[in-house]
Amino acid sequence: MNDQIVFEDVSKFYGEVLGVNRISLAIPPGITTLVGPNGSGKTTLMNLMTGLVQPSSGRISVLGFSPVNSPELFRILGYCTQFDSFPRGITGWQFIFDGLLLHGMSETEALELTFESLQRVQLGDAAGRKIAGYSKGMRQKVRLAQAIAHHPRVLVLDEPLNGLDPMARAESMALFQELGRQGMHLLISSHILDEVDRISDRVVLITGGYLVAEGSIQQVRREVREKPMQVLIRCNQPALLAAKMFSVNHCVEARLHADGKGVFLRTGDIDQFYSMLNGIAAEGLVDIESVAPADDDASAIYQYLIGSDGSAS
Amino acid sequence: MREKIGNFWKHLLQQPWGLWGIQARRLVRMEVRRNLFSWRAGWIYFLAFVPTFIVFIHLMVDHHQALFLSDDTNVLAGIVQLYYIRLGIFFGCLGIFSRLIRGEMIERSLHFYLLSPVRREVLLLCKFVAGSISAVLLFGAALLADFALMYAGFGAAGSDYVFNGPGLGQLEAYMAIVVLACLGYGAIFLLLSMIFRNPMPAAMLLLGWEAINPVLPSLLQKLSVASYLRHLMPVSVSAEGIFALLTVQTEPVSGWAAALGLLLLIAVVLCYSCYRMRTLEIRYTTE
Repeated sequence: MNDQIVFEDVSKFYGEVLGVNRISLAIPPGITTLVGPNGSGKTTLMNLMTGLVQPSSGRISVLGFSPVNSPELFRILGYCTQFDSFPRGITGWQFIFDGLLLHGMSETEALELTFESLQRVQLGDAAGRKIAGYSKGMRQKVRLAQAIAHHPRVLVLDEPLNGLDPMARAESMALFQELGRQGMHLLISSHILDEVDRISDRVVLITGGYLVAEGSIQQVRREVREKPMQVLIRCNQPALLAAKMFSVNHCVEARLHADGKGVFLRTGDIDQFYSMLNGIAAEGLVDIESVAPADDDASAIYQYLIGSDGSAS
Repeated sequence: MREKIGNFWKHLLQQPWGLWGIQARRLVRMEVRRNLFSWRAGWIYFLAFVPTFIVFIHLMVDHHQALFLSDDTNVLAGIVQLYYIRLGIFFGCLGIFSRLIRGEMIERSLHFYLLSPVRREVLLLCKFVAGSISAVLLFGAALLADFALMYAGFGAAGSDYVFNGPGLGQLEAYMAIVVLACLGYGAIFLLLSMIFRNPMPAAMLLLGWEAINPVLPSLLQKLSVASYLRHLMPVSVSAEGIFALLTVQTEPVSGWAAALGLLLLIAVVLCYSCYRMRTLEIRYTTE
């Protein structure tokens, strides 16, 4: 059990407000993604396992360490929080260097690790500038650099892709994959399943403080894929398109957009659906302007998994 | 019992004191840098050096005759007792020490410290030490300047008073008072800032408490910083009117007893602060 992050019947209440309720989890090494809408309890779970908040009940163990006031744990754990704030007047370089000095290492070693981590997040050039002058993406990167600087075995990342441009997102994903391959525990939170499911070994879905589903990404994705998906198609003849699409069994629901220039279609087989749509577009009967999934975010997945009354399906 | 005490000492010796020492040195250095070298510390510099400016004007403008040396000695004692202890160090420490924990929670940066491999008790004590060093450096330097400027105008008479008379002894006593005042108020404001989101109302209550303390029963007088410091004053201030209330001494106490009493009060406050620090949670949304 010492190579796992273990939550045993953990609950956290902020006064009368529920943070998480009776969560039991055992997270093995690799990349695990915590997915849930805003306010679902992802950050609370991360704060619990890093000791920033303490559980109202239950027990947490991170690789055998209790997170409560445990300096030993913080030698092997890095946490990139989503708090977008830093000590005043500090440069990116100084921010990481100061943190490393508190590990008790020599200044030379701290200096080497500082530059190494800054290079890993492609922030070497801006290291000497004050963080107050950084863009949102750069601030996200310097937090990530600080979290990985001391070569932790457990890396906790709260919404690490927020504020990053597509290039930086791709670089970060590649870095996470590399760290995951090295045998680290990576716990990443996101409110968009699609964003991280390409690199995750495992996914934990939570909502309203409750654990909804967990397992390998394939298992959870399959469960979601088997549910009907909704797509918004903007076109010049939405009624005709709906009629065409309804002629096949895959389409189970159609609803015209309020402006009359689009249609929401729900399908049970998204691959067949797209194939059919391509056919209609090629025929030229309907001029299709855009096609976009209308419910591929986490809330939609929750609707599938939990149902509208909040009970687990 | 002996075995328990033996185990306790063994446990103490097994702690990583060397590492804690390194962490403490580095933490104190970082915190002192933040306390002293920021624009926001400007008003604390102002609090510390306002009397220095006034004494400097006095040196430049007024005539200094040996006859008035004792008057200026009384003025200096008044500045220490009525300004520094009651107002300057009080509000200066409020600014410095309430920033250490609560200020970082408001700025949402305290979690960086809590996520570092430093025991929370070590972190709290280092922050306290750094705050104390910052306050003592500022107010100690200001008092030293006040003292030098106050007697500089008297020429040979002033020099004789300082080096051959009671001057240096008084300076030592004032410095001890400044150090103890910074430690005492610092410990209290550090704790208040951990208990209250806005420590200002509690600080105002404390200011009132300190003001009425001399007329309270002797037991309650022990719960005050200024009451201990009054007993260490090398020169008694003869205040009149409402100011007389601030200088009352109801119960004579030796200097050592007063200093030890205050250090004991500081130790108790710091122990409770350590307990609060251990159970502190980061919930910035409630700040």
